[in-house]
Parts: sequence; C-alpha cells; structure tokens
Amino acid sequence: MYPSLIKYILQLADNSLIHGHRLSEWCGHGPILEVDIALSNIALDQIGAARSFYQYAAALEGNQKTEDSYPYHRDVRSFYNVLLLELPKGNFGDTIVRSFFFDAFQFELYSALLKSTDTQIAAIAEKSLKEVTYHLRFSSEWLVRLGDGTAESQHKIQKSVYAYWDYCGEMFDMSDAEKDMLSAGVSVNTVALKSNWEQTVANTLEEATLSYPLAKENAWFHKGGKNGIHTEHLGFLLAEMQYLQKSYPGAEW
Amino acid sequence: MVVSQDNIKTKAAVFAILENVADPEVPVLSILDLGIVRDVIVLADDAVEVLITPTYSGCPAMSMIAANIKMELLSQGFKQVKITEMLSPAWSTDWMSISGKDKLRVYGIAPPQYNTAVNPHEGDAVVPCPRCESTNTQLISQFGSTACKALYKCNDCLEPFDYFKCH
Repeated sequence: MYPSLIKYILQLADNSLIHGHRLSEWCGHGPILEVDIALSNIALDQIGAARSFYQYAAALEGNQKTEDSYPYHRDVRSFYNVLLLELPKGNFGDTIVRSFFFDAFQFELYSALLKSTDTQIAAIAEKSLKEVTYHLRFSSEWLVRLGDGTAESQHKIQKSVYAYWDYCGEMFDMSDAEKDMLSAGVSVNTVALKSNWEQTVANTLEEATLSYPLAKENAWFHKGGKNGIHTEHLGFLLAEMQYLQKSYPGAEW
Repeated sequence: MVVSQDNIKTKAAVFAILENVADPEVPVLSILDLGIVRDVIVLADDAVEVLITPTYSGCPAMSMIAANIKMELLSQGFKQVKITEMLSPAWSTDWMSISGKDKLRVYGIAPPQYNTAVNPHEGDAVVPCPRCESTNTQLISQFGSTACKALYKCNDCLEPFDYFKCH
C-alpha cells in the first residue's frame, strides 16, 4: 500500500480527475454553447490540477512511476476520491449542484493548503485556487438562476440539492492519510473547514430561494471513497477512461 | 561555475531569442509578453535552463510552448535546453507587458483591465470593446474559447469579442 503522503496526494488528485472526467462528459452536450464551453474549461482546469498532483506523486514514489501510472493503471479500490464526484453526471441541474458543493469545499481546502508545510502541495493549491474561484462563481450563479427560475427548474434543482446532500459529509470526514499528515502540517483539518462551507451553501441556497437541508449534528452520510470503497459507478467510469491503456499497454501518440 | 562576461551576454541573448517564441493560441503575443518566462539560467556556453510557469493548470498550449522554446534555442546553437516548470508564484496577468496588452487590443482581444494585486475582485470591470472602443459592453460568459478568456459583447457595434480576463 502507499505511504500516507502519497495516498494523500492521490486523494487530492483523484478528486480533481474524477470531477474533471464527469464534467468532460458534457463536452458537446451542454444545454447551450456557453455552458458547454464553461464546463469543458472547468474540466480542463481540474484535470490539469490532477496532473500536477500525479506528477508529484510519481516523483516521490520513483520506481519508474509516471503521471500516467495513477489514472490508467490503478483499479477501483486504489482510487481515493469522494463518492459525490463519481456519481453519474445526471441532468444539468444535478451537475450544477454537485459542482457547487464540491467547488465550495475545494475553495476552502485550497485556501487552507496554501499554508501546507509541503511546498509542492502548497504551490499546486496556490495555482488552482485562482481557478476554483471561477468555478465556484459559475456554479453559484447557475444554482441561483435555476433555483430562482421557473417552477420546474426550482423543483428539479431542489430535488438535486436533497439528493447530493447525503454525500457531502464525506468531504469533511478525515481519512487515515489526512490524519497522518496533519501533525506534520502537510494536510489540513477538514472538519474545521465545515462551518465556512455551510455558510457559503446557506447563503447561496437562500439567494436561490431554495431550502437548506437540515444539517443535524452527526447526521448520517455516504462514505468510503477516501478509503477506496466506491459505488458501482466508478468502475464504469474507469472502464471507459482506461480502455486504451488496458487494451494497448504503453500506447503513445 | 564562474560567470564570465560572455555568459552574461548570453543570458540577454537567450531572452532576445525567446522574444521569437509566440503563444500558440494568441500568436501576436510572445511568451515574454505573456509573462510566463520566469528566469533563464545559462549553464554553459551551449547549455541553458528556462524556467516557465503555466497560465492555467490545464492549458494545453504549455507543452507546445515548451517544445517551441526548445526548438528555437536548439536552432540558435544551444546543445542542451532544459525546461523547468514553476508553479509558485502562480502566474498572473499582472506580469503581461504593456506592449503585450497593446498587441492584444490591436489583434481584437480586450486586454486585462486592471492589476489583480491592487484590485483582487474582478467585480464589475468595464471592458472597452477592442473594435469600436465603446464601454457599453456586457459579459456573455466567464469562460471563452480558451481558459484565459471570457466572452463579451459590444452593445454599440454589436460585435462579440474575447476578453483576456484578469487572473
């Protein structure tokens, strides 16, 4: 198994990769051209950030690993992304809600990682934070537009908010790798990020005239992804993403 | 390594050579205009290291830029060219040269309108139309044809245009 530092870097990378991959499924299918372009741009930012993290993990691990080893040559159980991001992309509102929940989290996470004692992680966070600021603005604006839109758009997006809510807790639930890296100041205490995140979510939902799901203390949530236990959906995603490298190992172009 | 007078000349010469390397997406801009060359280290008479920083994380032009830098320097007589990517400090449009901004406008792309260090929030920036100079313009989308651009429309001449957004 990977040492905690590499596992932590892979966790950061996998979240970006899987989110970016799901967003890339909208390329050519966006409801309007501008949205299609925006989602593809955001996908590119996320996959770019994942690439920086994979390059770093490969440099640390050595052993002839490259940035491609991790996305293409690992099986489901060795991916550490949160479950929220691997769920099927759903309708446009589903993608907006899920992106919004994650963007608001990633904004807090990268802001905190600027102070990571690992300078490469801090540098990637610094670079990506500027981009995540755009992502959060985009998903927030669409959340408000759909929530405070027609009766139908409001009904649909409210349904999405409830559907994904039960997956949000995992983002703040510390994995073993996160806990291990905390004392050295490499990772951040994600539990402490939650109040800011809740504030952002509450404010935006209010502006969108949507109901805030009741957040009870210790409310139950789906989890497992950070430890490699995934939903069935990730396997299908990887089957498509890894097809070429599995069929023609080492293929280059 | 002893830095000889020749080497100092060579560093300036490398910068002069890099002025010939254009951004593949916006060919009127050199990579120096764009501010992505952070430093040049002359390692020997025929060996040089160029430190560059990506504009956006997923910018597909970066590997092409790195290849173009290498080819340009090799064609100018260098035998070894090392390209090193620096992520921090993160690239900013504040590093874009004044002449670069002028070239953008002439090319039909509205240049970044302010310094992000002074005004960190894009907010309601007025972006003049690069064609008719009207300030009666509106944002269509934060995301444009490439990661670094937003899409605007001029309400006077009715032309859509790209805005190189402050970053």
